[in-house]
Amino acid sequence: MTDLCSLTLKEAIEFAKKDGAQPLLEAFQKRATALNPKINAFLRFGAAPINKREIPGLLQGVPVSIKDNICIDGREVTCASKILAGHVPPYNATVIEKLKSAGATLFGQCNMDEFAFGSSCETSAFGACRNPWDLERVPGGSSGGSAASVAADMTLAALGSDTGGSIRQPAALCGVVGVKPTYGRVSRYGLIAFGSSFDQIGPITKTVEDAAILMNILCGHDPKDSTSSPERVPDFTQSLKRDLKGLRIGLPKEYFIEGIDPEIEKSVRAAADLYKKLGAEIKSISLPHTEHSVAVYYIVAVAEASSNLGRFDGVEYGLRVPTKDLREMYFETRDQGFGQEAKRRILLGTFVLSAGYYEAYYLKGQKVRTLIRQDFEKAFKEVDVILSPTSPTAAFKIGEKVADPIAMYLSDIFTIPANLAGIPAMSVPCGFTSGGLPIGMQLMARPFDESAMLRAAYAFEQETGIYKKKPKL
Amino acid sequence: MNYEPVIGLEVHVQLKTWSKLFCSCSTEFGAEGNSHTCPVCLGWPGSLPVLNEAALKLGIRVGLALNCKVAERLKFDRKNYFYPDLPKAYQISQFDMPVNGKGELLIETKTADGKMIERKIGITRAHLEEDAGKLLHEGITDGSLVDYNRGGIPLLEIVSEPDLRSPQEAYDYLTALKAILQYVEVSDCDMEKGSLRCDANVSVRPVGQEKFGTKVEIKNLNSFKMVQKAIQYEIERQTEAIEGGETIVQETRLWDDGKGTTFSMRSKEEAHDYRYFPEPDLVPFTLSLELVKSIEATLPELPMARAKRFIKEFGIPEYDAYVLVQEKKLAEYFEACVREGAGAKTASNWIQTELLAMLNAKNIAIEDCPVASKEFAGLLKLVEAGTVSGKTAKDVLQEMAATGKAADVIVKEKGLTQVSDTGLIEKAVEKAIAANPVAVAEFKAGKQKALGALVGAIMKETQGKANPKIVNEILQKKLQG
Amino acid sequence: MEFKIERVAELARLNLKSEEKQKLEKDLGAILDYVKKLEALDTKGVEPTSHVLNMENVFRADEVKPSDAAEKALEHAPHADGRFFKVPKIVHRD
Repeated sequence: MTDLCSLTLKEAIEFAKKDGAQPLLEAFQKRATALNPKINAFLRFGAAPINKREIPGLLQGVPVSIKDNICIDGREVTCASKILAGHVPPYNATVIEKLKSAGATLFGQCNMDEFAFGSSCETSAFGACRNPWDLERVPGGSSGGSAASVAADMTLAALGSDTGGSIRQPAALCGVVGVKPTYGRVSRYGLIAFGSSFDQIGPITKTVEDAAILMNILCGHDPKDSTSSPERVPDFTQSLKRDLKGLRIGLPKEYFIEGIDPEIEKSVRAAADLYKKLGAEIKSISLPHTEHSVAVYYIVAVAEASSNLGRFDGVEYGLRVPTKDLREMYFETRDQGFGQEAKRRILLGTFVLSAGYYEAYYLKGQKVRTLIRQDFEKAFKEVDVILSPTSPTAAFKIGEKVADPIAMYLSDIFTIPANLAGIPAMSVPCGFTSGGLPIGMQLMARPFDESAMLRAAYAFEQETGIYKKKPKL
Repeated sequence: MNYEPVIGLEVHVQLKTWSKLFCSCSTEFGAEGNSHTCPVCLGWPGSLPVLNEAALKLGIRVGLALNCKVAERLKFDRKNYFYPDLPKAYQISQFDMPVNGKGELLIETKTADGKMIERKIGITRAHLEEDAGKLLHEGITDGSLVDYNRGGIPLLEIVSEPDLRSPQEAYDYLTALKAILQYVEVSDCDMEKGSLRCDANVSVRPVGQEKFGTKVEIKNLNSFKMVQKAIQYEIERQTEAIEGGETIVQETRLWDDGKGTTFSMRSKEEAHDYRYFPEPDLVPFTLSLELVKSIEATLPELPMARAKRFIKEFGIPEYDAYVLVQEKKLAEYFEACVREGAGAKTASNWIQTELLAMLNAKNIAIEDCPVASKEFAGLLKLVEAGTVSGKTAKDVLQEMAATGKAADVIVKEKGLTQVSDTGLIEKAVEKAIAANPVAVAEFKAGKQKALGALVGAIMKETQGKANPKIVNEILQKKLQG
Repeated sequence: MEFKIERVAELARLNLKSEEKQKLEKDLGAILDYVKKLEALDTKGVEPTSHVLNMENVFRADEVKPSDAAEKALEHAPHADGRFFKVPKIVHRD
């Protein structure tokens, strides 16, 4: 049965066409039951038996897992926070509706950093998730459970969400593919918000082709989301070609800096060399404001987060600490419901918006955000795709960065700029460290030109076959 | 020392839409608890707002009626604070780019010595925002209940400049504003249903001083009269406090209508800092000149313009004109009567006295008046022609309302036609003089009152149908001759 | 540092215990020092970005659609009373 679990999404769909999805479901149920206690990738999993003839659509009933910040009607959704334990949304997120009508079976609900605040999946109120390549190490975050479950063959594919790298960084650390679409490509309706002007849902998969299949399903205009773009959605699978002739790839000098693991730099530079062989043109470019991205992000995104998390107050849903007085109810519920990192970000976001500090912090941050966007606009006049490392290091040890929030925040330095600019970006496995940990490279493209980066990712993946290597579990 | 009040008003008006500002829930009043709610207006995690186009257009309509500078570009912002009636812990409102900027409202107001004057009151801005839910406390000892049906209902907050200088002016401003809102048909302006609400900012300063005093915000004002009373009370309270050497603190006070006083609302521990920032879940809006022009083209004649036209076109007194135009339907009724041939002054007088008295007694609105304007004009024409007396006409009006019959039909059926035949009246006068020698003697001795007895006798003789004007003329002549 | 944790915690409705308060105050002080480096950047004449999309005028039509969300919401509410959510009394302290 393990064989079925190691199929790609594409292969599983072919299998289900012939034999139905039920054997797949059973295989994943069995594997997840065995592995989840070790990895803690799922907060919940399982699916009712399905009848193959009832399953329509592209996905043929195959199981897909969902990050636990996406609302599913009638199922518990917690954002890995105590404050939402037992919370049952009364509606489906738009992406859930789309997956269902494409014939997906919803399988696991994936562990994550609490409210997506983190880069290691350690801030989950329900226990850290572990990296399938080394159980002593983090899977990355915040979509750590989504990436780990795909890497461990506990699910065929999963949805993550990405505010500052939350899809790409765990994908890199777990050796899988993770795509953050252009802001506005995928509806945010039903995604429990972190930074509303940054958040995007995207697929985490075993292969680039699988990601393209899911992108075809997830993308598209949604009238329920005012920030959902009416831009036409191409068939992303059509862009998957091995020939890269004419593609211009930029290497930003600000992404190859001190502090980056030399093995990672080497691996990404080797990828650039390979691209040259595949017919692409490699150019050195500059994104001069890169060093400020983390600061901008930790002002603007946390400001939005502090407001988005105001609603967790014990009035309508989730945790309520019983008190005699209303005022106390707010303070006690929020104090006991939120973890350390959530409190840190709520306080920070509240501060940067408060009277007397708004201009110096929030407004300044928004202006620098403009400069960062302009960097990309300029760069994309010269190149079609930008190549960089996804993360400055491979998976780090559990507990290693917990005490130092700034060190943790800096691990997102390469992924944050794409969210600040709203451009599409993805992580693709590009090698391994000498210690056997996966390395990911990041590809970024112009707004709504996911096709260009998928094409580059596919060519590299097919050429190297890195995705075929699996963790030993 | 003499003090003068400085008053500014914040009016929240519910815009007349079918669905809420950011979701498709009904705005209907009086539904079962929480039945008009959805994930969006309940503020459920993951839900997102989408702007109701009709609400924006109604907001622009008000702005144009108030001579506001309508924004070319507008956006929404979050106003963050915690309260159970605010399910997201922020209200979507507009901070620095409201739909309507500066405007003005002309009001007609009475000075302390009873003179009618025109005043121009500045409008600071008028912006869109969502309403909060409702907390219910009554009959519950261990908590409060929350109903979100009202949450998310579209409001336009109309903020005046601190241009008002007396409680009367505040009252007249509100009356004029309400009239405009009704004229442009953006709201039912029903204070009982909460579709029109008002908060007042009041401060006092020594006469002649330019700098404003510290302002106090007054809430819980459920009628225009209450606004007037509360401002009056607050002026006295603040003046007394200052004269007693106290400093006024900037605060929010609630009006207690039973006691006729205001009292401080917020406890000190609650720091206020709304942390406004642009709402990331909504995109900005750009208003084209064509859109604004197309809305402007549908604006009706507004009350002030209509009053001026009535004065000019129909020659009715200023005061009467302003009373008539306060209510759009009343003004329309008046104008229809005049177009049907009734004299403007007669119509104005009769509408403001007899017709309104009848409607008030029956507790019905002018639009439900059982006597159509055409019929009412018919009655007025009979009065003006002297066919019926004023007194008879009042009875005929009641009959018209009860039966739906036309005035002339009732007059004919009941034989109420006024007698203007001088021969007939002369006979009755002679008879009355002969029968009341005492009254005649008294009158001749200079007692004017004695005339009443004679007129009474004449009316009795003619069954009340004699034209009083002619009776009076003949009687005077006979007695003096 | 201008950061006063008591006031911010009050605004954010967080009742921090003293040990936690010290730790968070230290962390946040360091983070604010870090983000302060933006001050050095010249942003004169730069428009702030609040949306990365150049979209505008997104509306919905004024149409009523019924929703049964309230029934489901009340069913899972921490405290409901009939058709209403229930909260503790507001106690005024001066």
